[in-house]
Amino acid sequence: MATMTSVPETSRKPLSGAYGKATRTRRGRKMRDNLTGYAFLIGAIFCFALFSWFPMIRGIVMSFQHTKRGVTSWVGFDNYVRIVQDPSFWTAWKNTAYFTVLALVFGYVLPFVVAILLNELRHAKGYLRILVYLPVILPPASALFLFKYYAYDPSDAGLFNAILKFLHLPTSEWMQSPGMTMPAMVLASTWMNMGSAVLVYLAALQNIPGELYEAAELDGAGLLRRIWNVTIPQTRLILALLAMLQIVATMQVFIEPLILANGAGTQDSATTVAYLIYQHGFFQNDLNGAAALGVIMLLVLAAFSAVYVRLTTKQD
Amino acid sequence: MSRTLISQAQIGRGRGRYLYWAIVVAVLLIFTLIFIGPLYWMVTGALKSGQEIAQTPPTLFPKDPQTRNYTDAWTNLNLAKLMFNTFYYAIGAVFFQLVFDTAAAYALSKLRPIFGNVVLGLMLATLMIPAMVLIVPQYVTAIDLPFVHVSLLDSPFAIWLPLVANAFNIFLLKRFFDSIPEDLIAAAMVDGASPLRTLWSIILPMSRPILGVVSIFAVTYVWKDFLWPKLVMPSPETRTLSVGIYAFSGGTPMNVVVAASVIAAIPTVVIFLIFQRNIMAGLTSGSLKG
Repeated sequence: MATMTSVPETSRKPLSGAYGKATRTRRGRKMRDNLTGYAFLIGAIFCFALFSWFPMIRGIVMSFQHTKRGVTSWVGFDNYVRIVQDPSFWTAWKNTAYFTVLALVFGYVLPFVVAILLNELRHAKGYLRILVYLPVILPPASALFLFKYYAYDPSDAGLFNAILKFLHLPTSEWMQSPGMTMPAMVLASTWMNMGSAVLVYLAALQNIPGELYEAAELDGAGLLRRIWNVTIPQTRLILALLAMLQIVATMQVFIEPLILANGAGTQDSATTVAYLIYQHGFFQNDLNGAAALGVIMLLVLAAFSAVYVRLTTKQD
Repeated sequence: MSRTLISQAQIGRGRGRYLYWAIVVAVLLIFTLIFIGPLYWMVTGALKSGQEIAQTPPTLFPKDPQTRNYTDAWTNLNLAKLMFNTFYYAIGAVFFQLVFDTAAAYALSKLRPIFGNVVLGLMLATLMIPAMVLIVPQYVTAIDLPFVHVSLLDSPFAIWLPLVANAFNIFLLKRFFDSIPEDLIAAAMVDGASPLRTLWSIILPMSRPILGVVSIFAVTYVWKDFLWPKLVMPSPETRTLSVGIYAFSGGTPMNVVVAASVIAAIPTVVIFLIFQRNIMAGLTSGSLKG
């Protein structure tokens, strides 16, 4: 391919006779090749343009517009002002940040620990992997109804309260107590999602050369030391990447509050930014405000990602 | 098997061996409890009567198992129709993704038209855009397509077409196609095969594993997706399983909702158990090496 497309410098000048004709046909051929290439690309380009590229621009445009009875006009930052003045705005950001931090503390460390543990077992590997990944495959709505109705039942008939009672621990109201709403949502979310992170970590752990552990052990490094000085540095890139992906995903948490807490939850304890976008866009008939909130979310995530990339690459 | 954190020798004899087996048994028990336990609770809970489920302490086994909740869920929520819809959307998603995404990845990997890298870059850039940010403008686009002014509401294309815009698929497929030797393609071209023929007769037969991964991911994605189908499939006849169950959850006894949730989960679990090897391989093939 490469030799076919690179035309020698001398032949670029139009020459008379047969040589010039060859250049022209070669050019025509290149043109045809390009057209063929785009014929194969056209379906995907069409879908990307319609449902990714165009909506991205449209979202930004919409956030500066207002549509009333079919008439669209430019309103500057009005939508942004309205969104920020919504009493739920700061609550939603606070809840989202809280969910993200809690999910990071539990949902981020746990899969790595589980992966290290599973990687050391020489038996039942396949079975344990299937187990860990099983919740990931469930439709989230199904899994969340299980949590909502059976696990987080605030009476003593609920699964979790029955276990707590059996262990003589204080029971909880779960989703009905504002203080437990977020931890309960994080618990359900971690159970549903940790499997994929575990599998990615397992693959990364298997790429660590055994000699490194061998050498560390000869140097007298104990178990924790080997984890700290071999396992973590060797998986640093994937650890950093998944931290970032997880934060971006948890900042968009939506279905957990919708199903577990019927959206806002007790005393607004479950309202997230994503839920607020949904509320504005599809219940308060405020698509422009929802678009503005979307742009704010995009900016926050972009700023966060930029800082994060800066910090993690600086260490190298 | 290569050595891991703890050496084989340490586990192989004496106290280490006992400790190892104790840990294996403990892990098996705890993991089974954590990951299968809730599922067991879900399946058996939906077999209990309304009184039994409200009883304290809860019963571990249903005293008088009855399938009424399941049959109620099946008929009252019209699960057969919902399941058919979901299945139909999933199959269509596989079809459209396979056709358009493999064609695009083939063009980007082997035909390499002018500005191909720009197109690839623009596609991969969409991986950076959070889905929630696009939901409103995507919806506005779907209900009134630019230029033609057609609404995709309640049309399966509202699910199929956005799924083609999947940069991760393009990336996976392109990387796989990149590993197919150039000589093979050149040989086919010398033999006079058209690009389409090359794709069909040489590339695709070699790419079965990756095509399998893409297909399985498409099916599970459609089965799990919630917000987008909820928005673009508003009428009861076109809903997916998850959306339909959610729509009914308000006025339905909770045992029936959970029974419906169990039924909705069965197909994905079966698909997973059949294809678990491909799914796990696909998951890790897309990730970077640590």
